[in-house]
Amino acid sequence: MASAGAPTAPEKLRMTQSAHSRPGRPRENSVNSEEAATKFRVRRLAAWFGSQQVLHGLDLDISKQRVTAIIGPSGCGKSTFIRCLNRMHELVPSARVGGEVRLDDEDIYGPGVDPVLLRRRVGMVFQKPNPFPSMSIRDNVLAGLRLTHQLARAHANEINEKALRSAALWDEVKDRLDEPGAGLSGGQQQRLCIARALAVEPDVLLMDEPCSALDPIATARIEDLIHTLRERYTIVIVTHNMQQAARVSDRTAFLLTGELVEYAPTDRIFTAPSDKRTEDYITGKFG
Amino acid sequence: MLSAAPGGRVHGRSAGLGERLIEVGLLGCGLLSIFTTAGILFVLAIETFAFFREVTLAQFFFDTQWTPLFADKHFGIWPLVSGTVLTSGIAILVALPFGLLAAIYLSEFAEQRVRKVLKPALEILAGVPTIVYGYFALVFVTPILQAMIPGLAGFNSLSAGMIMGMMIIPMISSMTEDALYAVPNSLREGAYALGATRLSTIFRVVLPAAVSGIAASVILAISRAVGETMIVAIAAGQQPRLTLDPRLPVETMTTYIVQVSMGDTPAGTLEYRSIFVVGAALFVMTFTMNFVSQRLTRRYRSAV
Repeated sequence: MASAGAPTAPEKLRMTQSAHSRPGRPRENSVNSEEAATKFRVRRLAAWFGSQQVLHGLDLDISKQRVTAIIGPSGCGKSTFIRCLNRMHELVPSARVGGEVRLDDEDIYGPGVDPVLLRRRVGMVFQKPNPFPSMSIRDNVLAGLRLTHQLARAHANEINEKALRSAALWDEVKDRLDEPGAGLSGGQQQRLCIARALAVEPDVLLMDEPCSALDPIATARIEDLIHTLRERYTIVIVTHNMQQAARVSDRTAFLLTGELVEYAPTDRIFTAPSDKRTEDYITGKFG
Repeated sequence: MLSAAPGGRVHGRSAGLGERLIEVGLLGCGLLSIFTTAGILFVLAIETFAFFREVTLAQFFFDTQWTPLFADKHFGIWPLVSGTVLTSGIAILVALPFGLLAAIYLSEFAEQRVRKVLKPALEILAGVPTIVYGYFALVFVTPILQAMIPGLAGFNSLSAGMIMGMMIIPMISSMTEDALYAVPNSLREGAYALGATRLSTIFRVVLPAAVSGIAASVILAISRAVGETMIVAIAAGQQPRLTLDPRLPVETMTTYIVQVSMGDTPAGTLEYRSIFVVGAALFVMTFTMNFVSQRLTRRYRSAV
């Protein structure tokens, strides 16, 4: 737990940088997204619940230390998509995944990959804040390390403080670390869940509509936080709120009925979308 | 009722005499059980009061022998309490691990189809008449145990307690399973997303979140064991004995009440009153536990 800075990139990561600038995708080079290494490489990704297919062959690259927003109407497969990135999708009985997802060029659905270990590298924050009700604020932050038996007692306080500071919650809770986490306000609970995810030192943070249960002020705080976290983590955020996508993300993917309609730098998506359906969605004609 | 038609009258009553009668009848049914309870409490209190006019509280609480039916009378309650605590303690030792693990399996591992068959099957255990359990303990379990444990008496608290434990397994497993099932899935997902394995998710997140529901089920099971009569009367013996040795015959509070009420003790005597005192003590024990259990259940309902 030494790294306050960027998570150390595995050796393999360097090889993917060249793979990123492939021909045939000119819109990837825009003003605000300078060349960034690829964190996730998603190819032909398909997902099912039982016999119902919810994702139909998605192809996209997610850049390292960037914020990627996933937008689209309800039921378009946004949540399913990010749950395929940390293999949470398969926890639902009858759920199935096809295609390929590479994290730092390693196939996360490949043989010998342990989803439990993967999830320690790819953290997740959920729609509704879900602090563990039986635990104090401190224990919630340290829960990931305790659950995975990685906690060195000597560093517990240090890790706790660092994670809470990273989640911009430290100043509000430093005097009541032993109180139950469920006693915090909704926005604080959500930042506690972010702190909990960060304490495990992931490289990626997946956020599934993290602000949909929060008021505008709490939402603004989370969005500020996303701006800071961007420097250290790769963030993929699902959101219903298009202003939010515009405010926080570098690139935006628009999903519709399980297909990727458009994926481009965020300013381009919101100012000059190239697909008619994207334009209709962001101008509020449907969804 | 026709009178409520559009444009019709709105004053007066739409309910006729028949509906009023039904309402009163239902109220009466509800009150009946309250009156019964109040009546029981009243009788217990009267007889207990009469008992303590002849026997001092010191004799009751500080003597170590219980022999109201002998010439040399002693009224120390502890031998009966120890018999009850011992048999119930053995029952809980058996029922808690099995009930808890069965509940964890049903809630966290079993497929929906398996769960639908297994849960009611387990609950059948609770439907077996306790007298059957009692004879099962006496004529089947005790001989087997005697072959393994030297010095095990024909009547003993071990065999009775173990079988009583079997009987209360479904109470624990069923209520614990409900408590585990009520833990929101978002907590499990939160743990998995942190890289927790299935087992650490269950033992560190799901079980602690359901702990008050589990405690409620255990307390209710204990109070069931404490109040259980037939199994201990048949298999544990009828000798009040202040001991924690599970191999010896003991007498529980319930067994004593059976013993005296089946005999020819005349009403109004001290011996007769002693069963009400024991009954009152039993009532206080089980009532306290049910009360705690209800409080816990309420707390876990509001927490989830």
